[in-house]
Amino acid sequence: MATEVQGTEAVAHEDEGVRRRDFINIAAVSFAGVGGLAVLYPLITQMNPSADVLAQATTEVDLSAITEGQSIKAVFRSQPLFVRHLTAKEIAEADAVDPATLRDPQTLEQRVVDGKKQWLITMGVCTHLGCVPLGAGEGENKGEFGGYFCPCHGSHYDTAARIRKGPAPKNLVVPEYTFTSDTAILVG
Amino acid sequence: MSFPWAEHYTPKHPLMKWMDEKLPLPRFVYNAVGGGYEVPRNLNYFWNFGVLAGLALTVQLVTGIILAMHYAANGAVAFDSVEHIMRDVNSGWLLRYAHANGASFFFIVVYIHIFRGLFFGSYKAPREMVWLLGIVIFLLMMATAFMGYVLPWGQMSFWGAQVITGLFAAIPVVGEPIQTWLLGGFAPGNAALNRFFSLHYLLPFVIAGVIILHIWALHIPGSSNPTGVEVKGPQDTVPFHPYYTAKDGFGVGVFFLIFALAVFFAPNAMGHPDNYIPANPMSTPAHIVPEWYFWPFYAILRAFTMDLTIPFTGIVLVPAKLLGVLAMFASILLLFFLPWIDTSPVRSGTYRPLFKKFFILLIVDVLILGYCGGAPAEEPWVMISQLAAAYYFAHFLIILPIIASFERPDPLPGSITEAVLAKSKHKTGETVAIAAE
Repeated sequence: MATEVQGTEAVAHEDEGVRRRDFINIAAVSFAGVGGLAVLYPLITQMNPSADVLAQATTEVDLSAITEGQSIKAVFRSQPLFVRHLTAKEIAEADAVDPATLRDPQTLEQRVVDGKKQWLITMGVCTHLGCVPLGAGEGENKGEFGGYFCPCHGSHYDTAARIRKGPAPKNLVVPEYTFTSDTAILVG
Repeated sequence: MSFPWAEHYTPKHPLMKWMDEKLPLPRFVYNAVGGGYEVPRNLNYFWNFGVLAGLALTVQLVTGIILAMHYAANGAVAFDSVEHIMRDVNSGWLLRYAHANGASFFFIVVYIHIFRGLFFGSYKAPREMVWLLGIVIFLLMMATAFMGYVLPWGQMSFWGAQVITGLFAAIPVVGEPIQTWLLGGFAPGNAALNRFFSLHYLLPFVIAGVIILHIWALHIPGSSNPTGVEVKGPQDTVPFHPYYTAKDGFGVGVFFLIFALAVFFAPNAMGHPDNYIPANPMSTPAHIVPEWYFWPFYAILRAFTMDLTIPFTGIVLVPAKLLGVLAMFASILLLFFLPWIDTSPVRSGTYRPLFKKFFILLIVDVLILGYCGGAPAEEPWVMISQLAAAYYFAHFLIILPIIASFERPDPLPGSITEAVLAKSKHKTGETVAIAAE
């Protein structure tokens, strides 16, 4: 056996191509590759929101001053937040719609807190390309469905801030929030 | 290409001989844009626009580097620092107006350059790589221009950043994290402004690098020409210098005349008044539009108002927003495939009677798209942009491949020289006839 191996040694090395040098080569390049990827991580993640930006991630809103039919713009994560005190008529209008006919099917109940049906709290960011819809300010165009209207590309939202017409794919986003008292919410 | 008959670089001065041995940079320049680069003798003025594009980039680099000396990329002071440039910095108003209008002129020149290539078939073999690199430059230009427009931190700057990064949010699942990552926050803010400034300073130098590759790739087969017939011998070419340095020099003069008209007499004609209002995250301008050079693509983006659904089930396959974004990117990316889409062996549109007609239609179509992109998102503009967007894609994906297969091209001239002489013979023939009358 030993003599046989000796005789074919050179040939076998050529055929299989596995030499110490190949191992060192692959190991070194792999190690450098892993190192390269490890360096990439901080280079990429530095672009994510920094700690100070994330620190401003909750907002408290006092509801006591908002009368029925009125709405205000607050700031949540440096984006507008719409807080709207719905009238009985607006609630009835929203309830009258069959959710199955909607682009993003949701009922008003699913978009408000139980027992607080008159408080519609949504982001003021159009789900199309991120403009601020009109309708939360005094005398602004509320669109064809009496809710919000985005002037950028003509998206119409209804009184439950659901998309009804135009290019936006989704209803206005309802952020996570809790009632800290009867007249105050904590968003985020 | 260095044709065999091209003049060789022979330094005479001892200093130049010394230089040639150590670093043959003068030789390189001589062979690239000097007497050593042989160019077809029949180039028309549309061939000026490559040089003009390089010139526009130079204007942007010079004015931009100076503006960066006075600008502060911080959300709190960016708007004020631009006003400081306009009011307090010596000649600051001139530099900023030159930079802002320079961007528009860069695009005007590049659009003419691109349509020149489209008509004269400059994208066809053996110059495919020149075309591909050109599209890369165009994409880099768009990114640079977009980020530059954000820097003054006015209303259009802010909402432009919001809308354009919002395009990425249309990507399923990973879209919103990508948008947050691009902006460094949940909405455009200081982080976004800072990184856009950094990249806006970087990308023009990347563009300059790709331009060098673009010219390198061009100089391997040599410049194309209006007949599309390849160079056959020394009688077909003239040296770049002095022939085309002179012709380009004339074009440069005309360019600067028109540029100066805009800078001095209508510096805000291509801008938006809303951008003189400081950025306000709580209020969107009534009518957000990008800069005019993005309008055709913006119209394609907005043309998609219907979801792609499985009929009768109501299951949405692709939402309208994503469709619009995909179509907008596709409208540019499909240009990468143009050399293989257009299979006609005839390069120049001059000898393609059918192609010529459709080419004019394409120009009209892009102009219509441009107009719709600048108009509000209302009828009839939405409907018109839908038709025009459909035609845009039809031109490249249906019309070009079909006409290439059955169009009968006009007879091509035997050579560039033959075409030139036929033209001048025709002209002298006319003068003779007039003289005879």
